[in-house]
Amino acid sequence: MANVIKIKKGLNIPLVGEADNVIINAAKSTRYALIPDDFHGVVPKILVKSGEKVKVGTPLMCDKNRPEVCFVSPVSGEVTEVVRGERRKVMEITLKSDDKFDAVDFGKHEISEMTVAEIKEMLLRSGLFPYIKQRPYDIIANPEDTPRDIFVTAIDSAPLAPAFSLILKREEESLKTGLAVLARLTSGKVYLGIDNNDAVSVSVPGCETVRFEGKHPVGNVGVQIAAISPVNKGETVWTLSAFDLLLIGRLFNTGKPDFTRVIALTGSEVKRPEYLKTTVGISVDVLLNGNLKEDGRNKRIISGNVLTGTQIDEKGYLRFYSSQMTVIPEGDDCNEFLGWATPGFGKFSVSHTFIAWLCGKKRKYDIDARIRGGERGIIMSGEYDKVFPMNILPEFLIKAVIAFDIDKMENLGIYEVAPEDFALCEFVDTSKLPLQKIIRNGLDELMKEMN
Amino acid sequence: MNGLKKYIDKIKPNFEPGGKYSKLRSVFEGFETFLFVPNTTSKSGVHIHDAIDSKRTMSVVVIALIPALLFGMYNVGYQHYLAIGDMSAGFWMMFLYGFLAVLPKIVVSYVVGLGIEFIGAQIRGHEIQEGFLVTGMLIPMIVPVDTPLWMIAVATAFSVIFAKEIFGGTGMNIFNVALITRAFLFFAYPSKMSGDAVFVRTSDTFGIGAGNVVEGFSGATPLGQIATHVPGTDMVLTDTLGNTLSTWDMFFGLIPGSIGETSTLAILIGAVILLATGIANWRIVLSVFVGGYVMASIAHIFATPTYPGSLLTPLDHLCLGGFAFAAVFMATDPVTASRTTLGKYIYGFLIGVITIIIRLYNNGYPEGAMLAVLLMNVFAPLIDYFVVEANIKNRLKRLKQGGRVNE
Repeated sequence: MANVIKIKKGLNIPLVGEADNVIINAAKSTRYALIPDDFHGVVPKILVKSGEKVKVGTPLMCDKNRPEVCFVSPVSGEVTEVVRGERRKVMEITLKSDDKFDAVDFGKHEISEMTVAEIKEMLLRSGLFPYIKQRPYDIIANPEDTPRDIFVTAIDSAPLAPAFSLILKREEESLKTGLAVLARLTSGKVYLGIDNNDAVSVSVPGCETVRFEGKHPVGNVGVQIAAISPVNKGETVWTLSAFDLLLIGRLFNTGKPDFTRVIALTGSEVKRPEYLKTTVGISVDVLLNGNLKEDGRNKRIISGNVLTGTQIDEKGYLRFYSSQMTVIPEGDDCNEFLGWATPGFGKFSVSHTFIAWLCGKKRKYDIDARIRGGERGIIMSGEYDKVFPMNILPEFLIKAVIAFDIDKMENLGIYEVAPEDFALCEFVDTSKLPLQKIIRNGLDELMKEMN
Repeated sequence: MNGLKKYIDKIKPNFEPGGKYSKLRSVFEGFETFLFVPNTTSKSGVHIHDAIDSKRTMSVVVIALIPALLFGMYNVGYQHYLAIGDMSAGFWMMFLYGFLAVLPKIVVSYVVGLGIEFIGAQIRGHEIQEGFLVTGMLIPMIVPVDTPLWMIAVATAFSVIFAKEIFGGTGMNIFNVALITRAFLFFAYPSKMSGDAVFVRTSDTFGIGAGNVVEGFSGATPLGQIATHVPGTDMVLTDTLGNTLSTWDMFFGLIPGSIGETSTLAILIGAVILLATGIANWRIVLSVFVGGYVMASIAHIFATPTYPGSLLTPLDHLCLGGFAFAAVFMATDPVTASRTTLGKYIYGFLIGVITIIIRLYNNGYPEGAMLAVLLMNVFAPLIDYFVVEANIKNRLKRLKQGGRVNE
């Protein structure tokens, strides 16, 4: 317990709808999909036609720029349609499951006997490599790189996020194998960030466990990197979530890809928030069926958490990286008269400008999706700093990104951040600026300039 | 309220581009969002937002100004009736007198300033920004009661246009807009902004409180008395009738001065509201007071009759003039203040120090708070520059060390 890093800044947004600590086997669906938009920066090249038979692990598409990175089917069955939108952009590849989950067998090997190239090959062909991302730029890692270090976060500190210790149950072996796999891929170390309150302990050669304590965004891998060993210009590190690492561990333990995962179904509009054992890409209607509140309010279904998740519709699909679903009220159906002037008994704010501040810290809130204000120039100062636990001046970095001053962005630490690190800043911002979008665009532009 | 909402939705198309009144779109939107919280929901990024917005922020500041404003109104009446020797007028009469004297200034300031804001917003095609709600309240509070209304109108128009709109509106300005208004008045019409004839209204207001000034009356503010102090005589600050003032009198604030600035007590109530809600930065407020106290202490240790202000105790200095008002309401303007945490300490401290330096060692200006804040507005970006550079240097140093050596 010697090595505990305390993160002092941050904010836990107290939301209603935390999942109960029980894991339930979710209903099966016949409808699944792979959604190219989940993979930022990937130009999809479709490898299948509708009607084609697929297994778990059959490639459906690959990245045009890096054909070795492929994206596979999470189920066995057949491809129903390649749905295209405007300008023939691929929106989704829909699949019909035969409910057998037959998987392609990539063979079971002893990790220590495999070469690094073989390990990478196995990750790439099984479609699990996309779970590994890189800093800088927060995109899918380049398989040709040898990262300085690999950072794995086993903490999800976002609002209502699933507890890792619960999901890890009976999967300890997968975690160990996963870490051992990663240890082969870096010239440095694998760091596993664990919540200090979690009773998780693993010991794998080449992997160091670091315990963290603090509020959100303590679970963001960027915050953990900043605390352990920040990314400098010219360096590349790989990052991933331990929730996803379990899938990689399973692959090397059995030789077969398995996209089953436990997700937390949460949010104030869910009748019984609970953990569900389900599969990546499943249509969410079967997960939500009968479990949404019938209160007449418009609902917003989010694959992921309320800060970084993606809005999906009732017929949408569980996204590739999500280990959580959240349903909150949309809020577009209420008109609040003179809202800015009311005392604000049920309104959550980090500032103390609403009476709710006096209602104590235990109180939970039901927050809808309204922005609650117009976009303004940056007026208040120091707001972002309070929720940004890295040695970076967030406001100045944001301004440099808006001005797209590359030197300044580099100097202020653009290589160390990902959009998710600015999610809390965006939440607390009085000026209601789309900070994650600003950072995402900044990173994309920077990548174009640099390569 | 549903009826009202329906009516607004009904007339809305008239204000859309191409509609009958499309030239008034910003104004319409301003009123619409004023009446109803906009129910637009987030389309990208975070799905939930903090309940605060800039309307809320600005209205909290206005609320924090109210104690000082009400006290200022009462004090205007009190000083008047003291001057005409009619203390039987009673609390409500005095308040009414002050209320009638101050209200036109508030109206003029808001009408002129908001008018320009509306036009600016329409030209730029964005929403009306709320910054002037605070500025418009500050302006009447930092002028003497006898400043003519047309001067306030001219000065407000000048500062809103040249100190704010040409920089790009709320959030982009370099100088505190309310203080530019005051500085404009101060340098354009010095006779109406200082001296001993403007801080106490001796004539009637709308026919109320007519009377003749009593013998021995002098309308000089305490700081004005220091500036005109004759070396060699005793340094005693008095009220308008010649009674000696104690530190408590200065703190409580029944003394002549600009409308909102006299009562340190009322200002501190505002400070509590601002600091408890987290709107104003405590670092700035604290360091202004510390800076002022330190500088006034140094001056007091080396007190000399050449600079009579140095004969006053540090505590008196903090209670007099616009010091407290500047510390709580002017220095804390986030747009013009330093934006880094360390920078805020430096910024505030220097405002305190410079206020006292100008006050004591410059016989031309009895008060230094306004000039100190404006001067530090100029230096705030420089202070931030050095703080940001330090952060950059750290990062470059880390890079030079070749990152981290794997243990």
